[in-house]
Amino acid sequence: MEIVDQVLKGDVRAVARLLRDIDDQVPSTRSILKELYPHTGKAYVIGFTGPPGAGKSTLVDQITAYYRKLGKTVAIIAIDPTSPFSGGAILGDRIRMQRHFLDKDVFIRSVATRGHFGGLTKSTHDMITVFDAMGKDIIIVETVGVGQGEVEIADCAHTTIVVTVPGLGDDIQAIKAGIMEIGNIFVVNKADREGAKKTVQELRNLLEMGRKFRMDIGEGDDWEPPIVETQAHKGIGIEELCEAIERHRAYLTTQKPEQFRKVMLKRTLHQFSETLKDELFKEMVKRIERRGESLETIAERIFQKELDPYSVSRQLIREEFVQHEEN
Amino acid sequence: MGNERKLRILIAKPGLDGHDRGARVIARALRDAGFEVIYTGCHQTPEQIVQTALQEDVDMIGLSILSGAHNYSFPRIMELLRENNAEDIVVVGGGIFPLEDIPKLKAIGIKEIFTPGSKLEDIVKWVRENVKPRKAAA
Repeated sequence: MEIVDQVLKGDVRAVARLLRDIDDQVPSTRSILKELYPHTGKAYVIGFTGPPGAGKSTLVDQITAYYRKLGKTVAIIAIDPTSPFSGGAILGDRIRMQRHFLDKDVFIRSVATRGHFGGLTKSTHDMITVFDAMGKDIIIVETVGVGQGEVEIADCAHTTIVVTVPGLGDDIQAIKAGIMEIGNIFVVNKADREGAKKTVQELRNLLEMGRKFRMDIGEGDDWEPPIVETQAHKGIGIEELCEAIERHRAYLTTQKPEQFRKVMLKRTLHQFSETLKDELFKEMVKRIERRGESLETIAERIFQKELDPYSVSRQLIREEFVQHEEN
Repeated sequence: MGNERKLRILIAKPGLDGHDRGARVIARALRDAGFEVIYTGCHQTPEQIVQTALQEDVDMIGLSILSGAHNYSFPRIMELLRENNAEDIVVVGGGIFPLEDIPKLKAIGIKEIFTPGSKLEDIVKWVRENVKPRKAAA
């Protein structure tokens, strides 16, 4: 397939078009991704999550510069929210990464969530596949930045970095839900601001409690997430952050290969589950339409209380997917 | 979603002018019209703009400029698009343009120029009528 060769060769336009076709769920991309998949597995995926305004994009820009100095090639997937009202989006993360625009070895792609929750987009896993096959050493995924509940990133990144800033008040408690458990490294950005030390201490306490709890229930691993203070726009703390990333990477790949395997397996499982869910749903919609109905007509009947969503779902599955039992 | 691919539009400010409120207003109007808008901020060189357009696979580039440097940057951008086989990307300009320059810009391939006073709904309407999403590559 020509497009496959183009991706493997690193053709920017071909990759850019393929990424868009994937995002638009063009059916032919399935077979292209199948052909690309065997060429993946070399890239290291770093995820950035955290509330809006924490400085994720600036940090991404800085660590990209750091990896470029080491001669690594980088791809960045920058995710911004789709407006639930208009379906449009403003994708502005690029603004913070301008110095890399002309670097042939940095590919920046902005994507909109298009209604997907969890921090990523439907297409993120597949976009990672493309960048991996393209030969990028490092793939950075910057999530939407809603904060809480954005835990999907942990299912696609090897190292997940949670970014926060001082001055979110007592809401260090607020970032507890989910995000605390997925961070491999924690960053307190804008560390020159008032309350930075307090934020670091509170984080440390929360992490310690969480670790102890997981150890008690037998689910602990012995990675202690470091807390790095940064001032991203000044470049302060960036080297420490990158060293922490490399330490985590070493932990995963050499010291604890079973941890790495666990992470990779989790990634694969997540991608597979999401793909399966998507394919099943699409297939079911097709079958509903073949019967002369649509999601909307069924929804109307549910609305009129003729049916309930649970029974109708079960019935559809039984009628469409389950084999008839021989009596 | 059917066959309607979402339009991807790049709004960029070439050159040295630092006043981007107009660009932001346009970006927001385009978002409210349902498009995906990549906004790269001020102080972009033609090279940066074209690289962004290529990586982001945009259907249209909107160049916002108030400084008068359009006679350099616009032709340079068109030249770079040609060099990269990307002439299918629709390019428009918005901002301050001497009237006598507008025909010259259109002659080099700028599809439309929106001057101050252009209504947002007219701009959105123009985009809907004149810019189509790229056909699927595969």
